[in-house]
Parts: sequence; structure tokens; C-alpha cells
Amino acid sequence: MIATLSVVERQVGLLLSVLLALVGLVMAASAGYGVMAVHGSMALVLGIALIFAFSGSVSDPEPPADRIYHYYDAPIRFGIVMTLIWAVIGMAVGVWVAALLYWPEATPAAPWTTFGRLRPVHTTGIIFGFAGNALIATSFYVVQRSSRARLADAVSPWFIMIGYNLFSVWAVTGYLMGSTQSKEYAEASWYADILLVVVWVTYFVLYMRTLARRNEPHIYVANWYYMAFILVVAMLHIVNNIALPVSFSSDQSFPVWGGVQDAMVQWWYGHNAVAFFLTAGFLGMLYYFLPVRSGRPIWSYRISIVAFWGIVFFYIWVGSHHLHYTALPYWVQTLGMTFSVMLLVPSWASAGNAIATLNGAWHKVRDDATLRFMFVAAVFYGLSTFEGSFLAIRPVNSLSHYTDWTVGHVHSGTLGWVAMIIFGAIYTLVPNLYDRSQMAWPRAIDWHFWLAVSGTLIYVVSLWNAGITQGLMWRTYGSNGSLAYSFLQSVEAMAPYYLLRTIGGALFLAGAVLCAFNCLATIRAAPRGVEAIDRPLSPQPAE
Amino acid sequence: MTTHRSRSVSPDDVDFKDGIQEVDPVTGYDTTGHRWNGIRELNTPFPRLVLVILMLTFIYSVIAWVLLPAWPIGKSYTHGILGLTQEGEAISGFVAIEKTRQSWLSRFDKPDFAALAADKLLLAKAMPAAVRLFEDNCAVCHGQKGTGGPGFPNLADAYWLWSGEPKEIAQTITVGINSTDDDARFAQMPAFDSLSRSDRKKLADYVTALPQGKTSAKDPASALFADNCAPCHGDDATGGLENGAPSLADHSVIYGQDRHTVLTTLAHGRQGVMPAWSNRLSSAEINLLALYVAQLASKQNERTK
Repeated sequence: MIATLSVVERQVGLLLSVLLALVGLVMAASAGYGVMAVHGSMALVLGIALIFAFSGSVSDPEPPADRIYHYYDAPIRFGIVMTLIWAVIGMAVGVWVAALLYWPEATPAAPWTTFGRLRPVHTTGIIFGFAGNALIATSFYVVQRSSRARLADAVSPWFIMIGYNLFSVWAVTGYLMGSTQSKEYAEASWYADILLVVVWVTYFVLYMRTLARRNEPHIYVANWYYMAFILVVAMLHIVNNIALPVSFSSDQSFPVWGGVQDAMVQWWYGHNAVAFFLTAGFLGMLYYFLPVRSGRPIWSYRISIVAFWGIVFFYIWVGSHHLHYTALPYWVQTLGMTFSVMLLVPSWASAGNAIATLNGAWHKVRDDATLRFMFVAAVFYGLSTFEGSFLAIRPVNSLSHYTDWTVGHVHSGTLGWVAMIIFGAIYTLVPNLYDRSQMAWPRAIDWHFWLAVSGTLIYVVSLWNAGITQGLMWRTYGSNGSLAYSFLQSVEAMAPYYLLRTIGGALFLAGAVLCAFNCLATIRAAPRGVEAIDRPLSPQPAE
Repeated sequence: MTTHRSRSVSPDDVDFKDGIQEVDPVTGYDTTGHRWNGIRELNTPFPRLVLVILMLTFIYSVIAWVLLPAWPIGKSYTHGILGLTQEGEAISGFVAIEKTRQSWLSRFDKPDFAALAADKLLLAKAMPAAVRLFEDNCAVCHGQKGTGGPGFPNLADAYWLWSGEPKEIAQTITVGINSTDDDARFAQMPAFDSLSRSDRKKLADYVTALPQGKTSAKDPASALFADNCAPCHGDDATGGLENGAPSLADHSVIYGQDRHTVLTTLAHGRQGVMPAWSNRLSSAEINLLALYVAQLASKQNERTK
């Protein structure tokens, strides 16, 4: 990191490190003990480590002057490594909690090993740690390449990467210590939320400044998707996390929203986290890496634009479909349901556009596991968006809601779509970032592909069965007018499916571990200081 | 297997020049002329099929908006021509299912257990419902088969704390034991920490030996037992169904009758709680459950015979 920074940038970095250490010190000192004190200490230690790193090299010579002729890839490399680390952590905890559902007493009954604390570690580890790092890293890659411009400055990418990962670590360690806001996918404490706001605004500004420096007349559609992701996630995160801290020395806080309004804000956030974090951003990834890898033009420019505006417009309405048959007024439910149905066509248009792009490159899909990852991602994107619109229809939802069908649906999206497109992107950009012609172990990509596909199918199919079984058992009445099954029987009926989902998850995890080692081997095979060979159009002096 | 390298373009690449439209040989469509790092786009027209399906989803939505509550207007909203409300749907569904259920369940309103148990046709309808009621409400403590566990009575054996008659079981379910109900059955094993430790040890040895019948009146601990325990558990230690004191002469004590457990019980006492169910279950459901639980025990007894 530091070797790529100029002397002035190192001084700014030193200043920021001092600031981080001070913030950590104030947090730890004011809290005294408990979760916030631990988190303050973490920030303090990280700040001090960075201070040592910077102060030892402030007077080192300037980096080579020709760096402005290259893309700035160092933060991307860091982001990819973090993506892989979080993938292994998040998926391993996922397999752990899946196993706990089958063997409830498998792990010692310490507070931090309970399902309630581990489950958000899995979701945050995957959504923020794995998916978030992948999105930020690939967005830096895509915005530079598709704009033919170097990132607008060298300090803020590092601020974003380090700040974002500090947020993620604060979040998951907080859950393990029993700290939570009790909002799904927004469990992190108020101070972690503030850190994420600062990081995210910096991210947005950097992205816009880089786009403003582009050497292309038009902004490529992938960047529109990434911009929607950055902008809307900021909006969602801020509104849903507005809270009053109990005190400035406590990790606890009260949300300003109450009752059904709180539920509506939460699911407006929750669903659009799926829409803009797990969909829009990844469509950006798909729209860049799929044509690059297949060597084919995007099938339809019009569809890519119309689908973008369709997704952005319709998605923001549909959160209320998470609250069918609740205290939420009926009319809000109807709107959520109908907009979910209208959302289907823009979603399918994107999936169809991706698959049609592969026309003329099917022989590559057959031979190249990396491209196959992207193809399968587009297929699962189509499947899970159809399923999403279908489940949003009220009578369907009355069967599926509160069952494992929902969990199966989410995983067909996260395993089949999000993770597959991430792996496709990683296998494409890692060799390029380290100027290798291919991954160190090309055959391991094939192994990974089949582990991932079989793991996803086993997982998703078993939970479809589980969810439909549960839904039917809960609602079936006997001829005597009383329920045909007790809840206990519906729990017993889950055993085979929960075992299968654990196996499916373990297969998927095995593939991810293989990917991490493959990337490690590729990185180690590259000579030190090697750069990607592609270049911006013209020298880009740092601002 | 071949692995394709990502397409990376250097500034010298002739490809990058913008604005050159060309025909894609695979699809026959023109490109838009844009180029981003080698990425091109086809100027494919918007497919008619996509537009048709889009229109279908719009029509579906408009129909739903006309029929159902949908759009807010000021402080109110459009109610839809079907006039549906969530409350109305829930209540009408409940009323319909409850009518079928009450056709037989109302027979259980009166606790005439002898007549109910004799009506085989009624039981054929009622007992499957009783199993679900038991599993949804009672099994969490008493176990799916009613066999209990440490601290929770076995309902499928011959031993009872408050009688196994359906009438008494119904009373226990209605008011609970040591519950917040005003009429709760009350039973407390006090802590005998006022006794010296050596006395408690003697008592523990005595009580532990009771089920084996190895105690004798000459044992000095029998005087301790008579003074401290007999008022509730009886002189012969067989307990009493009137006050919920368990028999200590068999193996039915729900906390266990090994020496260590008895010492803990003597030192700290026991106040097991069963909640009152009258606020959650109807009296007919309670009577149904009482009959089921009573039969649970008698079935078990038949099996062991």
C-alpha cells in the first residue's frame, strides 16, 4: 500500500491513522468496558499499527513518476484478498449454523456459539464482508477500465477499503459479544453505522470524481449499476439506522422508528439491500466481466438501459411484500405485491440480455469454467427474480412466508447469482491484476465450478422442499376442522432437508476454499511489484 | 481445457476508437459504435415479446388496484371494488373453520368424562385434535409422548401429584400449579436449610433408601422424617394427592431421588411451576386435553401389564 503513495499522500495517511487511533482511544476510554470498549481498542490498535507503518516511510523516495500511466490496482488487490477471507469466514459460519439446526447441541453452549449470535455473523460476513468487498474492489476495477481513467486519488480508496473492513469486523465481533440493533441485516451498533456512512460518502465522491475524469464519451452501463448501488445503499443505510444512542459510552441505541413504521422502514431497507447491494451492484459486475470474458458485444444496448431504469424504479416500492398479512395496511401490501410483479420483466430482461450476449460464444462457455460461472449466475439471477416476484403475490406468500422456502429463495440468489458472478469476476481479474496469463491451477476452477453448482442445487432444492412441506403442514386442516399437524411434527419433518442443506453448504464452502488457495497460488507465482498491462488512455496526474 | 485470458487493451490497440459502427457477424445486428476497453454493444431493437409481457404485468397490476385496497388518497385509500379487508378475511376464514370444529368440540363443554370416553365416534374425531393440542401446548415441558423429564412430570405413567382423574387433570390445566392464577394449585417444598448439615445428610440417606424399602423405624433419621417431612409426605412417605406432595416410597419423584439431588432439594427447596391455561385454551379444549392425558396414562399402564 504505502510504496504506491506519494510523500504528501503518506502524510495524509499518517494524519488519518492518528485520527483513527484517537477515535479508538476516546471510544475505549468513554465506554470503559463492554463491546464499545473492545471496538475502541481495535480501532486504537489498527491506528497505531498504521501510524508505525506510515511514519517509518514518510521520508522514503517518491514512487516512480510513471505510475500515473497505470491504473491504480493496489486497493483492488487488497479488496480481492479481503473478499476471499470473508468468503471463507462467512460461508464457514453458515455451514456451522446450518449444522446447528440439524445437531442443535453439536457445539459447546457458550453464549457466543448460540444460533442467535452466529446467524448474523454469517449474514453480515457474506453480505457486507464477502459481497461488499467484492463490489467495492470490482467497481474500482471496472470504473477505471471502462472510463480509461486512473482512480481520482490514491488515499480515499484505502480509506474506503480499511474503513469498510473495520465496519465489518466491528459488526460481526459485536454480535458475538451480544450487541445488536435487532434489525435484520442492520444489526451493527450506531457508531459502526456512522463509520459506514463516512466510508460510503467517500466512496460515492471517489466514484463520481473518477467518472468525471473518464476518457470515453459515454459512461458504460456497468457504471450506472454501480452508481445506483452506491447511492441507494447510502440512502437505505442512513434512514434505517437513525437511532438515539443510550449514551455516548454505550453500544446500545433506540431506533427513532416505532411499531409498523419501523417494520416498513426495516423492510424497505431489507428488500432494497437485496435490490441495490445484491442485485444492482452485481449487474454492474456482470455487464463488465461477461462481455470481457466471452469477447462478445452486449446483446442489446437498449435492454441494458431500459432494464436499469426499470429495476431502479420498481424495486424501491416492493419492500412491503415482506409484511403481507401483518399490521401493515392492506393497500401498502397491494402496492408491494403489484410492483413486485411488474419488476419481473426488467429483471428477466437483464438475465436474458446476459444469456443472449453469449450467442456466438457457447463453445467458450463449454470450455471455460470462468465463463460458465457467469452463465450460471445469469441463469440463477433469472430463476430467483422470477421466484421473488412469485413469492410476493399475497396468496403465494401466505404459504411461503416464515418457512424455509424464503431461506431457499435467498440462497438461490446469494449462492447461485451473487457468489457465482463474484467467482467469475475473480477468476477473470486476478490473473490480469498480476499479469499472469491464467490462474495458477486452471483445473481447480472446474472443480470449484462443479462444487459450487452441486452445492447450490442441493441447498436450494432441499429448502424448497422443506419450505413447501412446512407451509402445507402449518395450514392443513383435518376433516374435524382442527389442524392436521402440530408444529413439533413440522420441525421433525425438516430433519432430512436440514441435513442436505448442510451438505450443500459444505460443498459450496469447499469450492470457495479452493478458490482462495488458487488465488493465493496465482498471487505468489507473480513477481513482486508486477502491474496489470492495460493502461489508461492518457497520463492521469493525481489531484 | 483452455483458459481464456481476459481481454485487456493497451492504448495502442486500434480497437478503442469510438464511433465506428460495424455489423456483428453472429447476430447480424449493428453495434452502437461505443467501445469501452474492448466492450461493444449491439443495437438490438427492444424485443416485442418483452414489451408484451411487460404490458401483461401492468394489466395484472391495474386489475389488482381496481379490485383491492391499493392507492393512498390523503388520510384514506382506494378500497377496491371487492371491498376486502384483512380483518374481514381473517374473521370469515376463522368462523368457517370454527363451525366445523365446534360441531364436535362443543360436546366437551361439559366435563361429563364418563359419557365422553364412552362415545367412540366422538373420540375418533376428537383424539387426533387432542394430540395436536398436546404437542403444541404441553409437549415443550412434558415431551411429545408425555413422558416428561427432570423437573417435569411423566404423564404417561401411573404416578400422579394431583390425581389422574380427568376432572382433576382439567382443574390442573385450568389453574396451573404455583402459577399466577388466583385459584392455582399450590405446592411448595420449603428449603430445610434450618436443619443442620449433618441432619440433612441423615435425612438424605433415609429418603434415598425409602424406595428400596431398606429403612427401619429404629433409624434415628426416621424421627427427623416424622418431624419435618411427614406433615406433607405422610408418615408412610407415600405423599398425598390433596397437597401435591409426591410419594417418596417409589421412584416417581420428578427431580430424582439420588442422594445428591435429595440434598439439593433439602437445602434449596422446590417450587415447580405449571402455568394456568384458562386464558389460552377454551374449557372444551381443556376437557379434551384432560381426557387425552388421562388416557395417555391408562394406555401406558395397559402396555406394561
